[in-house]
Amino acid sequence: MAAIQINLISGRTIQQGVSMESGKEKPAYRDACGILELDDAEFKRLGCFKNTNVRVSSEFGTVVVKAIGATQGPHPGLGWIPMGPWANALVDPNTYSTGMPTFKGTPVTVDAAEEEIVLDAIALITEECL
Amino acid sequence: MVKIVTDVVCPFCGTLCDDLEVALSDDGKEILEVYNACAIGATKFLHSQASDRITRPRKKQEDGSWKEVTYDEAADYTAKMLVDAKKPLMYGWSSTSCSAQGVGAEIGEEVGACMDNTATVCHGSTLIAVQDVGVPSATLGEIANRADRVVFWGCNPAHAHPRHMSRYSIFPRGFFTGKGSKSRKMFVVDPRNTDTAKMADVHLQLEQGHDYELLSAVRVAIRGEKLPDFVAGIPKEQIYEVADSLKSGRFSVIFFGMGVTHSLGKNHNIDMAIMVTRDLNDYTKAAIVPMRGHYNVTGSGQVWGWQFGFPFCLDLTRGFARYNPGDSSSNDLLIRDELDAVFVLGSDPGAHFPVGSVRKIAKLPSVCIDPHITPTSAVSKMHVPVAFVGVEVGGCAYRMDNVPIETKKVVEPPEGMLTDEEFLQLVLTRVRELKGAA
Repeated sequence: MAAIQINLISGRTIQQGVSMESGKEKPAYRDACGILELDDAEFKRLGCFKNTNVRVSSEFGTVVVKAIGATQGPHPGLGWIPMGPWANALVDPNTYSTGMPTFKGTPVTVDAAEEEIVLDAIALITEECL
Repeated sequence: MVKIVTDVVCPFCGTLCDDLEVALSDDGKEILEVYNACAIGATKFLHSQASDRITRPRKKQEDGSWKEVTYDEAADYTAKMLVDAKKPLMYGWSSTSCSAQGVGAEIGEEVGACMDNTATVCHGSTLIAVQDVGVPSATLGEIANRADRVVFWGCNPAHAHPRHMSRYSIFPRGFFTGKGSKSRKMFVVDPRNTDTAKMADVHLQLEQGHDYELLSAVRVAIRGEKLPDFVAGIPKEQIYEVADSLKSGRFSVIFFGMGVTHSLGKNHNIDMAIMVTRDLNDYTKAAIVPMRGHYNVTGSGQVWGWQFGFPFCLDLTRGFARYNPGDSSSNDLLIRDELDAVFVLGSDPGAHFPVGSVRKIAKLPSVCIDPHITPTSAVSKMHVPVAFVGVEVGGCAYRMDNVPIETKKVVEPPEGMLTDEEFLQLVLTRVRELKGAA
């Protein structure tokens, strides 16, 4: 198994919206947003199976999510985490004087972390912030 | 007998669908079913009925546990926090009504707050671009009736605005678009092969973050000038083809979203998208519309626009309104440690700000006003649940095309629960008492 570099983007999915409105403290929100979507080619480079937990690290943070096959792909070179605290654990808060953090296009490293668990939203934000 | 409430407005996204029907129980107290809504909208209505819903304010104790308090105590805590602070941030304002936003603005003026709405992490780039170069726009009704070239640039309405295409942009049979989707040509520009892209006539799968280059190339192609072989990974032949198609339409419209506003270039990407629209108006009618996210983020910009002259990133600390994104924007204020209190209403920065900013909120005195348990409520010192606007209380909201629509009350909130406007009035009264003005 190897660590790979990819370009991370995030955004809405219908599952993200439904689970968000059902309660962000619930496991369904974690299952909808605590994921990383990758192309098959990236899984080959990563050397692990789909539905494996992975550690995603950027200059700004680290988070554990479940890597799944791209549902809206292929998107070569891109990783996708639905918008939420998991994606935002990795995002550059710098706005370059525009007011807008750079949510899309974060260079990240991904490596397998089968032994680690994906935290729910409240546990994640509590661990990160309190 | 089941009672059906018709013409209900959905308080989820900026599409603000106004054709929902809600089935209520015999006594009119319980929502049984929601018709016509998308999966997200229906969930919002049904989740308001959740048995585990928090119905009273709660204050965080030293040991991290929560203690129930009254609305009066919560209002007193909130007012004291805001009055004691030298530079409080009052953030959110996008999932509430315009009248509540108005009361919030009064509090902001009284305490000299920095006020910002969710545009700051959404279409703030768009608002700056509109100030830079103006905007040729149209209502969704005009688009449904006239648009025969529809571009979705950096947005994925199949997931984020699920009924947008069926109500306004692709499928409706309008006055001049009688064949519905067959009357229209659909273009999607996105680095992913999204579910929206799969429906398109043309999908430009550009390299992520190269929107500015591709938009510039479209302008070049519209003018018939020379292009390099590839721009942003797209062959020049395809760019010429798209430009010719947009020029040849009777009415072209560009919808754009976070793919453009969040990528590097930010407001300059939107400048260029607006200039493409302006150039197209030399050949045909063209308009551009941002795909606004929260159902009333547009209203928040409207209310502050008419009250202060600026749609977001307000700094009222000097007693008059200043506006300087990059300086008076929430994330910059947080990262630079300039704030000494945070008040959040109708938004969840805990989930949707970079974690570096959320860590700063967690260290400050903070109040979160939200019907749900959220990452923001988890890091706040006080959580005040309120009634759902658009479900348990009516109020004005602005659709993404700046059309105001009055949302409807469908059921009563849980007994004794306040609306956000009522709670804000309590806070405003208490703030004025504390400042000796009452």
